[in-house]
Amino acid sequence: MTTLLSVQGVTKRFGGLQALTQVTFDLPEHQILGLIGPNGAGKTTLFNTINGVYAPDEGRVLFRGRDVTAAKPYHLARLGMARTHQIVQPLNELTVRENVMAGACFGHKRHGLAQAARVADEVMARVGLAPRADLPAGSLNVAQKKRLELARALAAEPHLLLLDEVLAGLNPTEIAEMVQTVRKIRDQGITILMIEHVMHAVMALSDHVLVLDFGQLIASGPPQAVAADPRVVEAYFGDPKLAQQLQGG
Amino acid sequence: MSGWRRHTGLLVPLVVVAALVLWPIVTGKAADRESAFTLLKAVALASSLNILLGYSGYVSFGHIVFYGFGGYVGFYLLSAQGWPLWPALLAAGLAAGLLAFLLGAAILRLRGAYFALATIGVNEALKAFINNFEPFGGPIGMTLNFRVYQAYGGAAQALALAFYLAAALALAAVVVSHFVRVSRFGLGLQAIRENEDAAEIMGVVAPRAKTWAYVLSAVIPGAVGALFFFKNGNIEPHDAFPLHASIELLVMVMLGGQGTVLGPLLGALAYQGMRGYLVTSDFFGDIQLSVSGVLLLLIVLFIPTGAVGWLRRRVAPLRRVLA
Repeated sequence: MTTLLSVQGVTKRFGGLQALTQVTFDLPEHQILGLIGPNGAGKTTLFNTINGVYAPDEGRVLFRGRDVTAAKPYHLARLGMARTHQIVQPLNELTVRENVMAGACFGHKRHGLAQAARVADEVMARVGLAPRADLPAGSLNVAQKKRLELARALAAEPHLLLLDEVLAGLNPTEIAEMVQTVRKIRDQGITILMIEHVMHAVMALSDHVLVLDFGQLIASGPPQAVAADPRVVEAYFGDPKLAQQLQGG
Repeated sequence: MSGWRRHTGLLVPLVVVAALVLWPIVTGKAADRESAFTLLKAVALASSLNILLGYSGYVSFGHIVFYGFGGYVGFYLLSAQGWPLWPALLAAGLAAGLLAFLLGAAILRLRGAYFALATIGVNEALKAFINNFEPFGGPIGMTLNFRVYQAYGGAAQALALAFYLAAALALAAVVVSHFVRVSRFGLGLQAIRENEDAAEIMGVVAPRAKTWAYVLSAVIPGAVGALFFFKNGNIEPHDAFPLHASIELLVMVMLGGQGTVLGPLLGALAYQGMRGYLVTSDFFGDIQLSVSGVLLLLIVLFIPTGAVGWLRRRVAPLRRVLA
């Protein structure tokens, strides 16, 4: 299996706060890698470091065999990385279709507008946004905005998709639908790195799970092994509800 | 949207510009031509500013700097170097574009109010520089030798020529504004306007897109400046870099509707119409600029999307026509 993404000894500090310490892992192609950890563990910071929002203080990030440690987000988008945001970031004044077209236009396929419109229509149909294509993105509700985030990232036809809590705030039915959607995306050959708090979903979807706590990787392995790891259970004891979910999931 | 349907939004703006050009031709009055010249100049400047302000969301408070700089470069080439009008206008436009390119590298990394403040600083700095720059006449400025007009068949013919050139520049500004709006480049700019960080993550190369938007918004004002001062016959620093004119341009764009093709055009006409009335009225004559200040405040508070944005939102069938 080819390694798509390789994170090597990445460290990130914000002033006195050690957000990430020596994080190292490889992500092979066509896998779903789940990233879990208590709130404030550094999961989103790790995403931001991978996709160029922050440059790491130490360490390297390799994507498709290239050193992208100092690359900007748009360089990574053009190399085939797309992401969704935990806090949705719609382009409010633009229509849903224009939002999704922007994903297709500026992703690594670099489509022209006409082709981007075709890709957008296809992706909107897939995530169930087609009826709202001509509405301003700002008028969508939160669940729809989450789907818009996903549609925009998918329209880029990325090699690697970073999903930051796409299940948060969805009801059980919506979660079940989204789990199916994520699985289909992987089956199309897109590699996925996902941050998720909904344990049963991340355990069911992931081929491999990483656990981050206080900026350090404390466990890594197949979902069931990680869930049984005493260090992981301990990390989650600060959050009894999550610990319970972990054991139950 | 494909084929001609993409371009329906250009229809109304073209009709408005054509009407402005035809008006003095039909009436045959020189005074109407002067009014139409002023309106076309405002249309060209406001539509250009809209490329930056309306599409990318960056507020240039000192946009008149490109008009003044282009004016000086063009005027210098015409009067001191004896260039013909056409290449002088072209050179003025390119010089303004180059200035925007260099400035962009320095100040487009600033966001929001910081960028707006920097553009004011640039305008004032360039005015101060030219005040002390002897080849451009320093504080006295430059005056055109009347013989320059002879090449065009005399002053009257030169004035007529200037009118048609102003029409061509206004038309060019409107057409460029439209093509930016419906292009992939324009989609990238609008993504930047809505959320620059998200746009970069989607792959929009924001520094490059913003720089080109700034350059595109500067070229036509540069040529307009050269044309205006050619017609005017003399140029001085305080005429070339009037900060209040920058603010008036903002009012025009905001009044009509930023981020639309028709908005800045309508805003320019409405504002100039209002200004004409205020300047000649007994009561408002001396305080007409404060009226534009109050107007800007009211627009920002109550109709931030401007007249065209307001109409588009309320009357759905107009969305295709009012772009």
